[in-house]
Amino acid sequence: MARAVKTRTKLTFTIIGWTIGFLIFFPILWTFLTSFKSEGTAIATPPQFLFFDWTLENYHEVQSRSDYGKHVMNSIVISVGSTLLGLLLAIPAAWAMAFSPTKRTKDILMWMLSTKMMPAVGVLVPLYLIFRDWGLLDTRIGLVAVLTMINLPIIVWMLYTYFKEIPGEILEAARMDGASLAKEIVYVLTPMAVPGIASTMLLNIILAWNEAFWTLNLTAANAAPLTAFIASYSSPEGLFWAKLSAASTMAIAPILVMGWFSQKQLVRGLTFGAVK
Amino acid sequence: MSFRTLLLGAVSTLALAGLAHAETLTIATVNNGDMVRMQKLAEDFTKKNPDIQLEWVTLEENVLRQRVTTDIATKGGQYDVMTIGTYEVPIWAKQGWLLPLDGLASDYDADDLLPAIKDAVSYEGKLYASPFYGESAMVMYRKDLAEKAGVTIPEKPTWDQIAEAAKKMTDKSTETYGICLRGKAGWGENMALLTAMANSFGARWFDEKWTPQFDQPEWKKALTFYTDLMKEAGPAGASSNGFNENLALFQTGKCGIWIDATVAASFVTNPKESKVADQVGFALFPTGGVENHGNWLWAWNLGIPAGTQKAEAAQKFVSWATDKAYTELVASKEGWANVPPGTRKSLYANPEYEKAAPFAKITLQAMNAADTSKPTVKPVPYTGGQFVAVPEFQGIGTAVGQQFSAALAGSIKVDQALQSAQQLTTREMTKGGYIK
Amino acid sequence: MATLQTRATARLMMSPAVILLFLWMIVPLAMTLYFSFLRYNLLMPGTEEYIGVVNYQYFLTDPAFFTALGNTLMLVGGTLLITVIGGILLALVLDQPFFGQGIVRLLVIAPFFVMPTVSALVWKNMLMHPVNGLFAWIARTFGFQPIDWFAQLPLFSIILIVAWQWLPFATLILLTALQSLDGEQIEAAEMDGAGVFSRFYYLVLPHLSRAITVVILIQTIFLLSVFAEILVTTNGGPGIQTTNITYLIYMQALLQFDVGGASAGGIVAVVLANIVAFFLIRLIGKNLER
Repeated sequence: MARAVKTRTKLTFTIIGWTIGFLIFFPILWTFLTSFKSEGTAIATPPQFLFFDWTLENYHEVQSRSDYGKHVMNSIVISVGSTLLGLLLAIPAAWAMAFSPTKRTKDILMWMLSTKMMPAVGVLVPLYLIFRDWGLLDTRIGLVAVLTMINLPIIVWMLYTYFKEIPGEILEAARMDGASLAKEIVYVLTPMAVPGIASTMLLNIILAWNEAFWTLNLTAANAAPLTAFIASYSSPEGLFWAKLSAASTMAIAPILVMGWFSQKQLVRGLTFGAVK
Repeated sequence: MSFRTLLLGAVSTLALAGLAHAETLTIATVNNGDMVRMQKLAEDFTKKNPDIQLEWVTLEENVLRQRVTTDIATKGGQYDVMTIGTYEVPIWAKQGWLLPLDGLASDYDADDLLPAIKDAVSYEGKLYASPFYGESAMVMYRKDLAEKAGVTIPEKPTWDQIAEAAKKMTDKSTETYGICLRGKAGWGENMALLTAMANSFGARWFDEKWTPQFDQPEWKKALTFYTDLMKEAGPAGASSNGFNENLALFQTGKCGIWIDATVAASFVTNPKESKVADQVGFALFPTGGVENHGNWLWAWNLGIPAGTQKAEAAQKFVSWATDKAYTELVASKEGWANVPPGTRKSLYANPEYEKAAPFAKITLQAMNAADTSKPTVKPVPYTGGQFVAVPEFQGIGTAVGQQFSAALAGSIKVDQALQSAQQLTTREMTKGGYIK
Repeated sequence: MATLQTRATARLMMSPAVILLFLWMIVPLAMTLYFSFLRYNLLMPGTEEYIGVVNYQYFLTDPAFFTALGNTLMLVGGTLLITVIGGILLALVLDQPFFGQGIVRLLVIAPFFVMPTVSALVWKNMLMHPVNGLFAWIARTFGFQPIDWFAQLPLFSIILIVAWQWLPFATLILLTALQSLDGEQIEAAEMDGAGVFSRFYYLVLPHLSRAITVVILIQTIFLLSVFAEILVTTNGGPGIQTTNITYLIYMQALLQFDVGGASAGGIVAVVLANIVAFFLIRLIGKNLER
């Protein structure tokens, strides 16, 4: 009897869960489907869901107009590069904050977060001038630097909350055993911190991948990532829904697939110290 | 072989190698159909000029404008050729930001340009940008719907005639809307249409002392007419429709009348894209009681920033993309109906073009009628037809456009919109130092 | 146990990040502050001059300013409301065992990976368009008048789009927190005859409070500067109904090219952001301290 009830609840939740999941995912699914339609079918009423003439013409069109490969490479280099550089800077800082906290640690942390609230568009001109003088306009290095700085507060904070969960006693014990600082980091801290670092890394790759203000405004031809690629499809003349869908699918597919595959690692550390 | 010839040979090889060392031009373009076509045909250019490579930055209009303006104003030097509008050319030329185009190819034939367009891209008698395509505005309507509704649209309609026809064509049960007009806020979106429309009602933006004129009856008449007509015969969501949205509506057969840029004519008559291709009629931009057809004039042009190191190559490219041979190249590959319109007299004298493009005659008529130096019935201190050629206009026009878009959406009254427009324009003009 | 030496080491380890961030903040900020006292329009070079607080005067007396401030708060508040409540409900559902749970979870987190520009374009053109959009078609199929989203409910439409993007983030954090809830405690409460709602209210919600705080903090930081969604869909209109502070500054900076005015706006926004940050720190500080 209890079993029957359990199965029934399970079935109910299956229906609810799948319905919600489908609804939330629907805009992406719809974009994906539309990318295989002809422009005429894309705008047809009533909408065509599955039974239409599937075509790859939009993808051909998009590829013939812009070099997708180059944009993807730039996106990868910029998002991964800025995340790694960010981790390099943040791991020591977060470690120090978590294990040798002072009275001002919290303030420094909050100050770091508050730098993220500065409206980018207000400082565009100053930064553009700096970039021009240093020859950083339209370079990957320049963008890596900017995105590192933009995401650094989040990285530090995520790592800090994660490191704080690591029980201090273990470190003390290691220290008592005469472990040096380097050893402490390599043998004790790292294994415990890896999940947190991994999910910080993943989250920041996603954030950097989707950053659309600086990546658009500081690049021209050489360093332009996928956000610039999309900007050339946003409202061209004539019917454009299918081409827009194809370009959108191409722009989000890499990060979506990466996100799906690394979902477990992403979630594991995505707690911001919220889980006791 | 003497040592000298060997040396000479070596030197010339070096020189040749130096020549062969490719120069790369970075070209910023807007993502509309004609420009995308140019990008596809650019192989023709690189074949003829193997020492020049092309890098393309294709962006949506607003993004493009903000990118190139920031870059040229800060002398960032990221682009060698920029696509700019007739709004920018005089303002930038005055600042010395653009290279005067005196090194164009010998067969460029600047005298062949339509006079109105040539004026618009010249500053103090010199050409500062080369027009790629040009446009005015006109009425496009569905002949079949007009016939069904029992209305005729004359070649020179008045706004009242347009309104009557639009109302009769409307049948909301079949999603047929009598009229589609721009409503999306933006100086290049709804304000282009509304400024031209206001011109045709006898209104003006500023009097000779730069005092804004939104408190005058002409503006009220124009804006009231617009909102009333759109409420009765316009499509749902009109306040977020710009050129593209309306184009899509017209092409799918949902609009009876659409008044917009002449360049749309080739899209709505293209059977590959448009369901109503064989049913489109054309007429001049309507008048509203005064002899003024709006004076809409626009062109997308290729300009070269003053600081570029690659002036020679850039001018070569500009010549290639805007001369008569390019027109022929497009015609041979894509047909005459698809050549970039509205820049050259020779195109409109070409019988083949007239045959392929039923809208050619009326486009030319509209373009020749546009006078951007005297855009309004009453005197004004500015030039420009559907815009005001001062640097502040992008901001002011967009802010006013937001007000008018709200009036269209029905969230504020026409009087309120005009009042806010008057206030904010006065503020900005005072800040800009125009009003003392 | 923190000796002088470890403290020095700690300082050394923190310094690269802190110094770089400080420079990243102070250099543009100083330049912005300097520009904000100038008449400086990019389109009119050569006319730069010191004009005192005129730029601030104009920015703060802009009739759009207070509306924009209100819109900013509405946008942040509305999105937080939807994502937190929706996130809790969704997390509760996803926490139950059911068939295909893993796949549903993948579907639910997907919107987080979509670029803001892309999602705004897709929602605007393919879903919310009042004539050709899917929502309009659904409405008509059931005999309703389609909603003209961006004219009738502009701010809500934008909140909806932004909430769709951030719902997965909230859900994930809340779900992780939920999974750490002690199952035995719940069962005990169930034995004691506590109903579903009282169990939720007295056990689950307090347990989630820290996670909710985190969601609010992180999302607020990002939501204060929502921009792409507005630019793509409404251009801040109709009227100024969807103009937020960021968009207002954008109009100064990239339409007017009024660097002076935009800088003044930027400084004002920094001050406002710091006020928000101050309250957030209070809130977080209380909730995250143990």
